[in-house]
Amino acid sequence: MPSIAKPLVPRAPLPRNALGLTVRDYEGPMSTLCAGCGHDSTTAALVQALWQSSIEPHRVVKLSGIGCSSKTPTYFLRGAHGFNSVHGRMVPIATGANAANRDLLYLGISGDGDALSIGLGHLCHGIRRNVRLVHLIENNGVYGLTKGQFSPGADRGSASPRGERNDLSPIDPMLLGLSLGATFLARGFSADKVHLVPLLEAAFAHRGFALIDVISPCVQFNNHVGSTKSYAATRAREVQVTDLLAPIAPAAGPPLAGTVPDGGVLDVPMAGGGELRFRSVPPGYDPTDRTSVAVHLAEHAGRGEVPTGLLFVDESVPDVHERHRSTQQPLNDVPFEQLCPGAGTLDAIQAAYR
Amino acid sequence: MSSLTATPWEAAGRPARAAVNDFTLSIATVNGTGSASANALFVRAVFRMGVPVSGKNLLPSNIQGMPTWYEVRISGTGHTARTAERHVVAAMNAQTLAQDVAAVAPGGYVLYDSTAPLPSMPLRDDVTFLGVPLGHLVAETFEDPRQRVLLRNVGYVGALAALLEVDPETVAALLEERFDGRPALRQANERAFELGYDHAEALFDCPLPFHVAPLHATTGKVLLDGNTAVALGCLYAGATVAAWYPITPATSVMDHFTELCTRYRRAAEPEPDAAAAAAPTTAAAPTTVAAPTGGTDEPSAPRGNYLILQAEDELAAIGMAVGAGWNGARAFTATSGPGLSLMGEMLGLAYYAEIPVVVVDVQRSGPSTGMPTRTQQADLVEAAYASHGDTKHLLLFPADPHECFDFAVTAFDCAERCQTPVLLLTDFDIGMNDWLVPELAWDDAYRPDRGRVLSAADLAGMEQYLRYSDRDADGVAARTLPGADSKGAYFTRGSGHDRLGAYTEDPDRYREVVDHLAAKHTAAAGRLPPPIVEHRAGARAGVIAFGSTDAAAREAVERMAARGMPMDYLRVRSFPFQPAVREFLDGHDRCVVVEQNRDGQLRALLSTETGAAIDRLGSVRCYGGLPPTVEEIVDGITAELGS
Ligand SMILES: Cc1ncc(C[n+]2csc(CCOP(=O)(O)OP(=O)(O)O)c2C)c(N)n1
Ligand code: SF4
Ligand SMILES: [Mg+2]
Repeated sequence: MPSIAKPLVPRAPLPRNALGLTVRDYEGPMSTLCAGCGHDSTTAALVQALWQSSIEPHRVVKLSGIGCSSKTPTYFLRGAHGFNSVHGRMVPIATGANAANRDLLYLGISGDGDALSIGLGHLCHGIRRNVRLVHLIENNGVYGLTKGQFSPGADRGSASPRGERNDLSPIDPMLLGLSLGATFLARGFSADKVHLVPLLEAAFAHRGFALIDVISPCVQFNNHVGSTKSYAATRAREVQVTDLLAPIAPAAGPPLAGTVPDGGVLDVPMAGGGELRFRSVPPGYDPTDRTSVAVHLAEHAGRGEVPTGLLFVDESVPDVHERHRSTQQPLNDVPFEQLCPGAGTLDAIQAAYR
Repeated sequence: MSSLTATPWEAAGRPARAAVNDFTLSIATVNGTGSASANALFVRAVFRMGVPVSGKNLLPSNIQGMPTWYEVRISGTGHTARTAERHVVAAMNAQTLAQDVAAVAPGGYVLYDSTAPLPSMPLRDDVTFLGVPLGHLVAETFEDPRQRVLLRNVGYVGALAALLEVDPETVAALLEERFDGRPALRQANERAFELGYDHAEALFDCPLPFHVAPLHATTGKVLLDGNTAVALGCLYAGATVAAWYPITPATSVMDHFTELCTRYRRAAEPEPDAAAAAAPTTAAAPTTVAAPTGGTDEPSAPRGNYLILQAEDELAAIGMAVGAGWNGARAFTATSGPGLSLMGEMLGLAYYAEIPVVVVDVQRSGPSTGMPTRTQQADLVEAAYASHGDTKHLLLFPADPHECFDFAVTAFDCAERCQTPVLLLTDFDIGMNDWLVPELAWDDAYRPDRGRVLSAADLAGMEQYLRYSDRDADGVAARTLPGADSKGAYFTRGSGHDRLGAYTEDPDRYREVVDHLAAKHTAAAGRLPPPIVEHRAGARAGVIAFGSTDAAAREAVERMAARGMPMDYLRVRSFPFQPAVREFLDGHDRCVVVEQNRDGQLRALLSTETGAAIDRLGSVRCYGGLPPTVEEIVDGITAELGS
């Protein structure tokens, strides 16, 4: 995809993170998406979250499929490897890359067409395997890159610019994820960076498949009156269910137990240490309880609302490497001597073939 | 019925010659009844007597209850191909009895189970019927009905052993090994074997003129199937990531690889907190990007130096292998025709983005679902050019399990050296049958060729890194792996890119890269196994074959030479074709290409890729789904060349 080098404008010293890096170190070349495209705001939130999390740029792998959304890995974190693959197949590529080296942060960016249509099967199985992958769906309800066809992210009744109504039910990745045993489900809005950034930070810390549905309006094909995924419609329909503070560093003491104070603060311990601190959750909402979350989400959907926040988290499920008990070392770094059983063993093996 | 009971073999026409160590045996059974292990027992016993033997499964695509045949060729001269004649038939399936009787060569023998009255069948007076009441004997001796079914098979092995003079001690030794630690099972099997053996000995004049006599011709050899050999090759090559979706006849590649990894790929146990200490990828920061440790069901289960992923489909399987290959692991997938079709788009990506990956294609009969348990070499053209656009791959064609092992290692070396997919094309015949091949050999001095990969240290000394610049003589540019150094970061894309790795739609910049890819493909030929060429004095024509066709084609050429029609022979072992292939084509006025597909795919590929005139290339195509017989090929070549 085309990209334009960003002019480096001198300015006042920028704050530095724990690595001594500024937010500029997390940026990439200038985007070539349409001005105002929701995807660019999501990119900005990613830059902020990666910087705040003090993640070393070269320890991140950016992956995507095909679509306007899938172009965005070009536009941030120039110090990380990127892989813009084929339409709908980002999850398998990420699964393989993660298999080869479990120590890196895999950041997958997909669109609603890429993830919920052509790649839906892979999304489901990636969730089931609990591959350690941060998977964003930049959901705009259309196929942007192929110029505006309805996607599986389009709500029933949403209208195209020419007035045709979508009469198919949408695929809600959050409800889908719940049913598949997802271990991290969050929804954000690209225009609401304040709430999106902590969701991304929490996803980076999650030790499994973190699915984030980001409503990310397409100004070109789906931002008109009658669209349910326009900026205006999303603002009107969004209900912030949970309010997450960034993940809290591993505490010196034992992790706090998951408790649900009514409408108050909630701490959920994380498998890697530390905890997720919710500034608020509504009464009766327990983001660690699959069944109650499903009920809440269904209720919101029934009211035509778009629930956002960290909706569900389960830190107890092993990721793909743990389930398979693969070595803790990156597999791409195991010395050959430890992989090849040698001539003597081959002789012994062949005794069975005589 | 009376004529069906045991007729002394002398009564029906004796074969013209006493065929010691040179005959074929066909065992007809019902699949899913355990006959496969009985057949293997028979073949291994012959092998241990030092007599070259090979067995081919002619299977139905079914789990239980359908007719199945196992064709055994016993050949003191070491020939393993299928031949047209059936000298001895063990007709253990009443359903196919008529067909099996009809298939025996005049002067041959039919062993059958005389327990139940047989349906009417065409009787022949030129073959000898040998009835043994196996069902009855087994029912008398064993209680458990399920066991009876299995042991009846061992019973016919016993009868065959007596008739064909297979050493009962050798069989006993094999049973002892197989049922090591399970004495009750061993005894039951021994008993069943004796039942068949003793009855045949008592009823008939043993051995038949067709029989086995000890030799020393299997020393240094093994009986091995190609799928096991491929799995061993992947193990020895150091493959660490494998992804697959179940499909006949490729499934056992991953089954074997899994078994081998479980045994031979235990990870060295790290110090208790070594993992925690080794992983800080963030500096004193809230978010750690370290390996998850907790939460497993079996925290104490041993760890392995491998990850095998059963994917949701072949699109995912190849995607995982490509992702892992891109990230520096030796990665592969194994599939068959339908899976290969699904892998096309991703193979194009790996070709264009220059990513190493190994694909094992155990071919079966197409098109579409075709005949899953029947063999063919009909994926050749698809494999060569898999994916849309100008795409070409590197192909390896092992002819037998020995080469499967060697070529699997070659495949990884070439994939990483040339940064491109390598497809290892085997087929049902190679993959699922036990072949008599030289023992696999391993050189402990072998080190994998990981190709051009820059380390963090390499990068530190560089001004700048650009992905597709700086190609070497092979046309390969150095790659980097994620996680090493930001300086090595680049963007991998299947979209149009220039030599810097940047997106482009500029005609010249686009062309520069795709031209490089073509040159790289051509250059890679030199790293692939060269063709095997056999010259014969006075040869007028050349015969060309590849893969599993080799055994039958070579024997056909031998036979024709013995009949005064010498021909040169070339076996293609890789694609792109090496100059020696072109030279062979140029050196003969006429060549006949023998292959197992309807459309003469190798012939077409040879002509397309070398420019050899297609009308100078004769074609013998055996595509019924069974491995070709020597006679089929002799007849085909004769028809093409005129006698
Ligand atoms: C196999 C294949 N089919 C179709 C296409 C064409 N195509 C490119 S992007 C796209 C849809 C992208 O939609 P989405 O993932 O929602 O991304 P957006 O552009 O909306 O961000 C399609 C159908 C393709 N690239 N590959
Ligand atoms: S077409 Fe839509 S999705 Fe694509 S860049 Fe433009 S606004 Fe964004
Ligand atoms: Mg979209």
